[in-house]
Amino acid sequence: MTDSNHIQGRLDWITVGFYVFFIGLGWLNIYSAVYSPDAPLSFSDPAFYDSNAGKQLIWIGTSIILIICVLVIDFRFFESFALFIYLGLLLLLIAVPFLGVTINGSHSWFKFGSATIQPAEFAKTATALLLAKYLNDPLVNLSKFPFQWKVALIILIPMLLIIGSNETGSALVFASFIILLYREGLPGTYPALFIGGIALFVSALLVKAWVILLVLVLLAGLLVLFMPIYMQRDPKTYLRLSGAIAGIMTLALLVDWVVNNVLKEHQRNRIRVLIDPGFDPRGLGYQVTQSKIAIGSGGFWGKGFLGGTQTKFDFVPEQSTDMVFCTIGEEHGFIGVMLMILLFLGFLWRLMYLADLQRSRFARAYGYGLVGILFFHFLVNIGMTIGLMPIMGIPLPFFSYGGSSLWSFTILLFIFLKLDSHRSDMLSR
Amino acid sequence: MFTQRRNLIFLFFGIIGLLFIGKLFFLQVVDDTYEKAADNNAIRKIIQIPFRGEVYDRFGKLIVYNTPVYDLYMIPRKAVVKDTNHFCQVFRVTREYFIKTTQRARAYSRVKPSLFLKHLSKEDFASVQDAMVDFPGFFFETNAFRTYQSRSFSNALGYVAEISPTALVDQKDDYYRQGDYVGISGIESFYEETLRGQRGVKYRMVNSNGVEKGDYKNGSLNINPISGNNLYTSIDLEIQEYADSLMQHKVGSVVAIEPSTGEILAMVSAPSYDASLLTGNNFSNYYQQLALDPMKPLLNRPPSAYYRPGSTFKLVQALVGQQLGFIGPGTVYSHAGAPVKCHVHGPVDLRGAIRVSCNPYFYHAFRKMIYDNTSGDTYERSATGLQRWADLVANFGFGRKLGVDLGNEKKGILPNVDYYNAVYKGEKSWKFSNIYSISIGEGEIVVSPLKMANLAAIIANRGWYIPPHVVKGVGLAKSIDPFYKTPVKVGVEAKYFNVVIDGMQDAVANGTVGPDGKIPDILMVGKTGTSQNQKGKDHSIFIAFAPRDNPKIAIAVFVENAGFGGSAAAPIASLVVEKYLKRKVDRKAVETKFMNMNYLPNAYGGIVRKKLAIDSTKK
Repeated sequence: MTDSNHIQGRLDWITVGFYVFFIGLGWLNIYSAVYSPDAPLSFSDPAFYDSNAGKQLIWIGTSIILIICVLVIDFRFFESFALFIYLGLLLLLIAVPFLGVTINGSHSWFKFGSATIQPAEFAKTATALLLAKYLNDPLVNLSKFPFQWKVALIILIPMLLIIGSNETGSALVFASFIILLYREGLPGTYPALFIGGIALFVSALLVKAWVILLVLVLLAGLLVLFMPIYMQRDPKTYLRLSGAIAGIMTLALLVDWVVNNVLKEHQRNRIRVLIDPGFDPRGLGYQVTQSKIAIGSGGFWGKGFLGGTQTKFDFVPEQSTDMVFCTIGEEHGFIGVMLMILLFLGFLWRLMYLADLQRSRFARAYGYGLVGILFFHFLVNIGMTIGLMPIMGIPLPFFSYGGSSLWSFTILLFIFLKLDSHRSDMLSR
Repeated sequence: MFTQRRNLIFLFFGIIGLLFIGKLFFLQVVDDTYEKAADNNAIRKIIQIPFRGEVYDRFGKLIVYNTPVYDLYMIPRKAVVKDTNHFCQVFRVTREYFIKTTQRARAYSRVKPSLFLKHLSKEDFASVQDAMVDFPGFFFETNAFRTYQSRSFSNALGYVAEISPTALVDQKDDYYRQGDYVGISGIESFYEETLRGQRGVKYRMVNSNGVEKGDYKNGSLNINPISGNNLYTSIDLEIQEYADSLMQHKVGSVVAIEPSTGEILAMVSAPSYDASLLTGNNFSNYYQQLALDPMKPLLNRPPSAYYRPGSTFKLVQALVGQQLGFIGPGTVYSHAGAPVKCHVHGPVDLRGAIRVSCNPYFYHAFRKMIYDNTSGDTYERSATGLQRWADLVANFGFGRKLGVDLGNEKKGILPNVDYYNAVYKGEKSWKFSNIYSISIGEGEIVVSPLKMANLAAIIANRGWYIPPHVVKGVGLAKSIDPFYKTPVKVGVEAKYFNVVIDGMQDAVANGTVGPDGKIPDILMVGKTGTSQNQKGKDHSIFIAFAPRDNPKIAIAVFVENAGFGGSAAAPIASLVVEKYLKRKVDRKAVETKFMNMNYLPNAYGGIVRKKLAIDSTKK
């Protein structure tokens, strides 16, 4: 039995099927987004390969090469070299401010000839690998503070470096590792606090402080009334509850201060646009407004492939990259986007299912890292096109146009598939 | 360990997924504002104005047509002018104009077309065609100008102008938009709906820069414009122009009708205006000037001006008196007992009374018609008599609209019982002695020249008329409203017309009409009238038809402030009749005399001379 047959036999073809389907659909959408009814380009026309659709074909072709590379590398390489890969990317992240070029306002790209590469896209993979390797040690217990601290360090170093190169969106992706950590034993309090914090932040922006106070007092009252065993009706409990309310209120009041003093102008505006949809529809709110118009005009059945007017005629900025979901929404309607969302959730479910089959904790943790990253992109990207999330430069995995993002997601996914294909060879430790 | 957490994580994913699907359902299915916003974004509605119908005279000569003009547009992003001097030379613009216009276009939009040069003529357009290859980014759009072949017909034709704000609000079918052109008066107004055609609509897709990207839905929603229908009028342009030339330096009207058909052969309103100056940018200036002119050149006098008919009304009295049975050819009256003045002559019969236009005769005749030879309360008898009289006279078209196919036709006034009750504030507060002026066409009765021409046609036809009309055919089918084909009887028997026509023949031959009003080889019959007015000297009126047997033309001429009816109106009418029947005029001396005759100083004095000076320099 040759090595390649061995891989073929074990490769999870359902996941590969999802991948191929998403890439294909994504390309059709990019084609539609750049398609001009006046001058349709044919494949034989060299100018076609200057358009996003043509270039994406090249990116897809090179991705196949990357897949082959990933699949022929020994599966033990990824665990053994995780630290070196991680350190190498940290070096690139440090080097990019000095050697990189600026694209769309973020100084985070390396240029090789006509190709541009964004190291931040690959830092996610490296971080996932190192986290998985670290968690592979059976002694690591995420409910203990010393281990939590080290894990936080692994995540925060690349994150801060990426924030430094003005790519806040990419940096926020690292927050998705909380899913990996939660699966690997991080106490539930952390994600609960995390979600609670986001909820508090959003509600502080949307409603007046006294409303939050009222809700908190009501919640505390209900707690005392219905859970007397836990509360024990003891004066100290009331003191603790009051303290918690006071603390939460202080945080809620801090939100305004943070928004006004910590965030940069453009970030502040993105949040304003989010909480007030009618804000400056021709200026700062233009992208969201146009995106909603494009999606909303699709109706139930959509306008048909190549039939969209909004995305095709450039009303939505960045429509083939970060805003590619608009094209789906406009041309394929509610049916199309609903199916797409369900398919994506199915894809995530398949990956989690595979991850849980792993015998090695390394492979499982990496799998959940992958799931977290994909979900975070899904959440933010679709959320921003329909006005539920602030605008961030975050692509839709496999759908959005872009070499760096396609390559990095391909590598991220196929490392996991490679590991999965060897799951019987790996010993659980 | 922790395997159940997978389900918790997936639950969270699922909640987010459902949240998105819910929001998308709201955006795409529930809320339709986005759909409309998208259409506003990407679909541009382009209105295509069709060519307005043309207007022809009865022999197929063009009176009004559309001149294509060419507007030059530029798209700054595509426009490349390598040699500015060459460009300016070709389009005959200055370098400053080129720079200024280009800058303005750029400031407006780099990708949308801007107007660069307006209204190039066909010749200019042809001459620059070869050079256009050197100027990418410049292109022509066709436009049309209403062009009027003849100045003489302006008032009846009316003109076309931007729709006024009030008309825009009042319109019934919401067809017009601001800035649309609409026929304002005359034929242009009356036939607006058939002349304008059907507007076309094109839905074009545009991108975010406003650049057109093809037809929306492959053009399935587009509506092609349909050109307006042509109008074939009954006007004889040669006669029209000839009559107009006779009315120079005069204020008044000439209306000629073919009696057998009711077709209007000529309709002159003097003074007139130049309709071609009422287009485009000149409009407001020229309109102001015309509106302030004391001679009211904008008024289409034939259907709209008010005059007393004077003695021409005696013809109606003679006909109505006979039909009612109060007078006959043998009825003779003398001057005795009449409060109206007359010339020196003896008692006359009906024919003689028409020949010499005897005022006392018609006073007596009218008195008889009113009082009906009965006795009793004079007030009551006046009312009964007048109503009987007015009901019959109304058949001739007095006091109501004839239904001519022109805007602004006025009803005129035919005083009846209600009218006098209103004037004298109550029933039985007036009697014959209050109203006798109308017996000779003075007093309260008011007519328009068109009505009097129609009266001539009624007499020529001996008792009927077809509603006068200017347009005898609409569109390719040359169809016409049956209203303009149906004869209307006036309720006076044909036999009563003989004596009236005899009287009219005498009036021309050796009555009130002077030598200038006689045509040697044509038997024209007519009646003069002298209309009192507040402006000054009496208006000169003459109605006639010719030839006496088998009449071909009925005519009414009104010349304001020209005095006695035989003095100006009759000679002018005779010249028009001669021109129409012989296609030439032999009486050159009379023609020259009346073409140069100027009656304006009688009413307008000094102002007019100044105005005329301006007019003549314009020509």
